[in-house]
Amino acid sequence: MPFRCSDAGSREWIDRSRRIEFSFEGRRYSAHPGDTITSALLANGVVVLGRSFKYHRPRGAFSLANHDINALFSTAEDTNIRGDVTPVEDGMALEAVNVRGTAARDKDRYLDWFGRFMPVGFYYKAFHRPKALFPWFEKAIRQRAGLGTVDTYWRPRRRPKRYAHCDVLVIGAGPSGMTAALEAAEAGLEVLLVDENPHIGGSLDYQWPLDTAEAACPSLAERVAAHSGITVQTKALAVAYYAGQWVPVATDEGIIKVCARGIVVATGLLEQPPICRNNDRPGVLLASGAQRLLRRFGVAPCQRAVVLTANAEGYQAALDLQYAGVEVAAVAALTEAGADSEAAAALTEAGVPRLAHHALYQVHGDNTVTGARLGPIDGSDADAQDYDCDGVIVSTGWAPAAHLLHEAGGKVRYDTELAMHVPSSWPASVVPAGRVNGAFTLAQQTADAVNAARRLVAALTGATVPAVEDWRDHQPHSAEWPIVRHSRAREFVDLDEDLQLKDLEQAAREGFDNIELMKRFSTVGMGPSQGKHSNINAIRILAASNGQGMDATGSTTARPMYHPVRMEDLAGRRFRPQRYTPIHDRHVALSGCLFEAGPWLRVGHYGDEASADDCVAAEVNTVRNGVGLIDVSTLGKIEVVGPDAARLLEGTYTARMANAKVGATRYALMVDDTGVIIDDGVVGRLAEDHYYLTAGSGHAAATARTLKRHAVEWGLDAHVVDRTGQLGALNLAGPLSRSVLARVSDMPLDEASFPYLNIRETRLCGYPVRLLRAGFVGELAFEIHMPAAGMGAVWDALMRAGADAGIAPFGVDAQRILRLEKGHIIVGQDTDGLTTPFDAGMSWAVHLKKPFFKGRGALAHLKGKSPKRLVAFALPTGYEGPLPRECHLAIRDGDIVGRVTSIARSPTLGRPIGLAMIERGLVEDDALLTLRVDNGQYITAERVRAPFYDPDGERQRVASEEVNS
Amino acid sequence: MKHIDCPGIGPRPIVEFIYDGEVRPPAPEDASLEVLADRVFNRSGAPGVLREWWYHRPTGSWYVLERDTVTNEIQRAVDPEEVAYAIPML
Repeated sequence: MPFRCSDAGSREWIDRSRRIEFSFEGRRYSAHPGDTITSALLANGVVVLGRSFKYHRPRGAFSLANHDINALFSTAEDTNIRGDVTPVEDGMALEAVNVRGTAARDKDRYLDWFGRFMPVGFYYKAFHRPKALFPWFEKAIRQRAGLGTVDTYWRPRRRPKRYAHCDVLVIGAGPSGMTAALEAAEAGLEVLLVDENPHIGGSLDYQWPLDTAEAACPSLAERVAAHSGITVQTKALAVAYYAGQWVPVATDEGIIKVCARGIVVATGLLEQPPICRNNDRPGVLLASGAQRLLRRFGVAPCQRAVVLTANAEGYQAALDLQYAGVEVAAVAALTEAGADSEAAAALTEAGVPRLAHHALYQVHGDNTVTGARLGPIDGSDADAQDYDCDGVIVSTGWAPAAHLLHEAGGKVRYDTELAMHVPSSWPASVVPAGRVNGAFTLAQQTADAVNAARRLVAALTGATVPAVEDWRDHQPHSAEWPIVRHSRAREFVDLDEDLQLKDLEQAAREGFDNIELMKRFSTVGMGPSQGKHSNINAIRILAASNGQGMDATGSTTARPMYHPVRMEDLAGRRFRPQRYTPIHDRHVALSGCLFEAGPWLRVGHYGDEASADDCVAAEVNTVRNGVGLIDVSTLGKIEVVGPDAARLLEGTYTARMANAKVGATRYALMVDDTGVIIDDGVVGRLAEDHYYLTAGSGHAAATARTLKRHAVEWGLDAHVVDRTGQLGALNLAGPLSRSVLARVSDMPLDEASFPYLNIRETRLCGYPVRLLRAGFVGELAFEIHMPAAGMGAVWDALMRAGADAGIAPFGVDAQRILRLEKGHIIVGQDTDGLTTPFDAGMSWAVHLKKPFFKGRGALAHLKGKSPKRLVAFALPTGYEGPLPRECHLAIRDGDIVGRVTSIARSPTLGRPIGLAMIERGLVEDDALLTLRVDNGQYITAERVRAPFYDPDGERQRVASEEVNS
Repeated sequence: MKHIDCPGIGPRPIVEFIYDGEVRPPAPEDASLEVLADRVFNRSGAPGVLREWWYHRPTGSWYVLERDTVTNEIQRAVDPEEVAYAIPML
């Protein structure tokens, strides 16, 4: 049983002076601040921490390095919490995942016995017949397999992404990473050093004797912390590499998007387990995991240990355990490597039995480790001997954590001398350093890191890049075949997915003998740890099965993410800016009902939401019979200036613009290369070389962008300025608008001085304004464009001036009805991505006599061949039936012949009116239109001519002047 | 994230840009329907060095950049005058 050592270590992460309380499966336990969930439970003697994914076998701690997939926990708020790295908190109430009952006595543990009927590929092969039973099987399997249960009522926590820029990003703050960081910082580069642990130090803190570490790297962590050129970010996991040298770094506060000119990959090694029967029993621990447990948390993993090693690190771990008070029953050595190390000698001196050329045959124990069988590598059970123990510590191999290097375009090869993969090539700006690069001793690691950093610094500063120095070790630290077969199987290769040796061999036999195929068929390496403990053994098994080398067998592709990332971190925060018009507060004060129109907040109507229809109708009547005021600041407002301004607009819009007189405006339609309408607006000419134009709400940026590109593409001397945010605009509309405006304006407004479709510059309330005689709503109307700062003053002045004329503000809903009554289209509502001006009945706006304009070629071919047409329809006066909606279909003889694009009850006409896009030919001459509305009901609408209201446009030009100022 | 190095504004993150396709010669006047449709709807997509339109949103300026579509490397910024052509007017 594990226990907390009484002597405090000098590099411990825990605070022994304080205690915190937590519970696991309802039982209360005590821990120290700094403990992880796993270390706290082990210190309390709890060894079975979870159950396996498929067979519900008992599992425990394994790596203590963020890869312990079988020690996952749930709280009320969260699930799949990694116990090996997550700090335990005071009051935490933890449960195991994927168990029925408790982890120690899981009701589904019978599945382990049943498991021999579930070989690899079982799911693909079984349950096909009878088909009707499949849902039952699926439900049963889903209940028993898997990880934690997600709380579907979770509340998202928005975590903004942050950005960081640096010259050099160093990933991993072990001896190599810290050395490289110092080297780069000393060269004057700005360094960001990230490490997933709460403290920097890496293997210095737990894998080397403290005096050795201090002698090789004196005060390394202190020097890093003190250096002004190095920013240290702990609890930060670099999870991927993306093009352009950017690396998302996951932290507790969300993702930091780090953009680095150069990257040092000092990510070290991942320890690889041996494979034998019951190698997954709680109590079997990787040697590096045991050392982390011992040095960081002061917890000894067991009282009596059997150690299996194939390198010097294993002997050191055994010695560490012995110093901590663990009885080491035996040290078995798979290879000669490390047998001559100081640690090995110290063990011999202490009387620890050492078994050369021995392997771990099997682990004993039904629930946790009770013993281990060791025997000669080439022997049999007859030669083997059982050792009583409650812990098996294994150190049989390593794999480089080179995932980010792979993603950056680096390659690895299998080094037979080291019996391990090592990087073979990498980009000049992404360099490996230290153990990930095969440098094992501290001297090798620091020398390799210095060389890597110098090469990177030279590459970044344009200096001559020094040669690659070889600081790799020349003796193996991994066993080439750390695998012992057992007649009764249960030799686990992948602890995430419960895959055994025989599963992979069977996959290879069935033809999945390519590493990528084997992965997909068997799911090896597809669990939450993504093969960090299984890929290398899987490659070894496949290589042996195929009788080929490791390099010929290859490896699966490393893809982002290196480590699971929380969805909420990936999502970041909502980033959708919302724009207010300059007089937003006045709309709010007038109880305007706001809605989102693109980025803008606009007023639909003023007044009660409940009586919306009545409010809108009243607003329409006010504009038709008196005077109304609407905020149209969302219109795009663009200035075009320069000798070639006329040429630019002539080439951009379908209509003639160059011959417009100064002071006149033109309706402007913009189409793309296919002749499809993309924007419309009004172009006013202020001077020979100066135009002012509007664009549809939300289309301002695109229109300005298009105009600017045309100016460049056509080599024109014209400047385009998008003033949409700088200017506001109002539309004063209605038969009384002229008299109301006259009260606040000095300018003559009579028809002769300021005719319809003209533009003038003047001043209102002290602000420079532009007045446009516009016709969108079909009444006498004045659009007033002015600096945003003047909007409030002008709005207030007009509201005061129009008080006795009954002026009222109106919203977008009323404006839409008003324009529909006039038959004016809205681009994007009555048109779509296939609508040409001819389809929209706007051939009058297209001047094909011009030798050039954008889209002219397409329109020249399409003229007279338009396949559809926007038509107007109306329902009878007093119609009470269901109202069609936008996008309801027009049907003829059972076929779809079109769709409704706009629809409204017209307060002015007293009947519903609408526009529909209809196929030409078929229905061109029909007097009636059949529409299919909600619930599949059919209604018949009458085809009418647009405009519905004031077809001759009298009201826009000459207005009644009854009310004089 | 990727950066684009532009004259006058230096290296900027690619999210600040809008891509607007490759630079192409003007359409022949009065092209046949087939020629026009091919021009409007088809692009070769062949790998190689392309001249492309890139718009930098914060400064509101257009750039013509030469990009190798194989290596995704932006090789240089082209003087827009090199690609400009005159349009006919009435």
